[in-house]
Amino acid sequence: MYDFNALYEANTLQEALELKATYPHALLLAGGSDILIKLRDGKYTGCDLISIYTLDELRGVELLDDGTIVIKPLTSFTDVAQNPILLKYVPTLCEAVEQIGAPQVRNIGTIGGNICNGVTSADSATTLKAYDAMLVIESQKGKRILPYLEFNLGPGKVDLKEDEILTAITISKESYNATYGHYIKYAKRKAMDIATLGCSVNVTLSGDKSKIERLRIAFGVAAPIPVRGINTEKETQGHPVNAELLNLIRERVLDDVTPRDSWRASKEFRLHLIQELAVRATREAIIKGGGSIDD
Amino acid sequence: MTKKSIKCRVNGVNREYFVDVRSSLMDLLRGPAGLDSIKHGCDVGECGACTVLINGRPFNSYIYLAVWAEGKEIVTLEGVTNPDGSLSDIQQAFVDEGAVQCGICTPGFIMASIPIINQETPSTREEIRRQISGNLCRCTGYQKIVDAIEKTQKKRIAEKKKG
Repeated sequence: MYDFNALYEANTLQEALELKATYPHALLLAGGSDILIKLRDGKYTGCDLISIYTLDELRGVELLDDGTIVIKPLTSFTDVAQNPILLKYVPTLCEAVEQIGAPQVRNIGTIGGNICNGVTSADSATTLKAYDAMLVIESQKGKRILPYLEFNLGPGKVDLKEDEILTAITISKESYNATYGHYIKYAKRKAMDIATLGCSVNVTLSGDKSKIERLRIAFGVAAPIPVRGINTEKETQGHPVNAELLNLIRERVLDDVTPRDSWRASKEFRLHLIQELAVRATREAIIKGGGSIDD
Repeated sequence: MTKKSIKCRVNGVNREYFVDVRSSLMDLLRGPAGLDSIKHGCDVGECGACTVLINGRPFNSYIYLAVWAEGKEIVTLEGVTNPDGSLSDIQQAFVDEGAVQCGICTPGFIMASIPIINQETPSTREEIRRQISGNLCRCTGYQKIVDAIEKTQKKRIAEKKKG
């Protein structure tokens, strides 16, 4: 038996928004694989919950006429991993969420819950950041659209007001078109583990595959929140695809991150992982994009 | 304390339960439903001992509110056993391969293995290991569990081919 106070069950998004406006302090319960466990730990004892888990209108993936991919927030990791639209256009996201937990966790865990938790280790976060995902956030007062890059305010803190609900995650065609990505999760076990470090890279190559037109790189657990490697991205733009590119990345990524010591790994080991994973993920992304690269 | 009526299908039978909204699905199944194959393990979704199938997919029944079961199709180990009470192929394979020692993880492992043994194409041992990665066993060392699942999957695929 869970030790919460009231459970408000929303049957429609409209109802969920009303409930969130009426009970602003109530926690929004999506799949519950974080909140229910924290409840058991006594962290949220006596809290009120608004369950949105059964809202199928917030579940699924769509491709709009202009090529925008819309991922509804309650889509489970299993459904993200198997979705034909995502497998075709953003397979890196499918590969990333396949590395979360185990089948039971991927069946209950939702992509929206993963990013609204605001933890730096979220496996979907790095790839969504690397693809410049946009977030649609709604309240009874209206709708706003926010770049996911601006969503994380600090560890476990996101730009979601008390009456707001994340209702869609979108990726524009410009962001995924002719773009190839790779995600590496470094963890001690292959399953049921939290990333010691995560790195997601995607590249858009010139027509003859000799130059980087655009490189985007994001890290998890390399800073208090999932971060983009802005300095690295600027300096690699237009760079020839060669061994020098990898050396440049190895140097520049250190300016983009602020990892810390934790029981999982020391700061020094994380810095080493950041450099090594950035290079490996870049190399894989270039190969997927049809380019070739030697060390 | 708020109570609510929940209608769902459990092991092929339509049921209605009147539950405290704070119950987990495991509380409902082990309590009013009387299905004690489900084991209360780690409480945090790591050991898989509470695994049941919901609409055909494995879930940890402890990390699932009972009220979410409304309208769902739930299968526990009791629903895997043959109607006459005899062991089904996967249960017999666990016995034959020595995949059961203390037994507390076994119901969860068998539930996690159902989607694997129903696949149309054979899995590699690595794929089987990935699909049972949400279940922990401290006795067997997993080899014999993988053997039992692999054997049953092969047998079922062969039977399907025969028609």
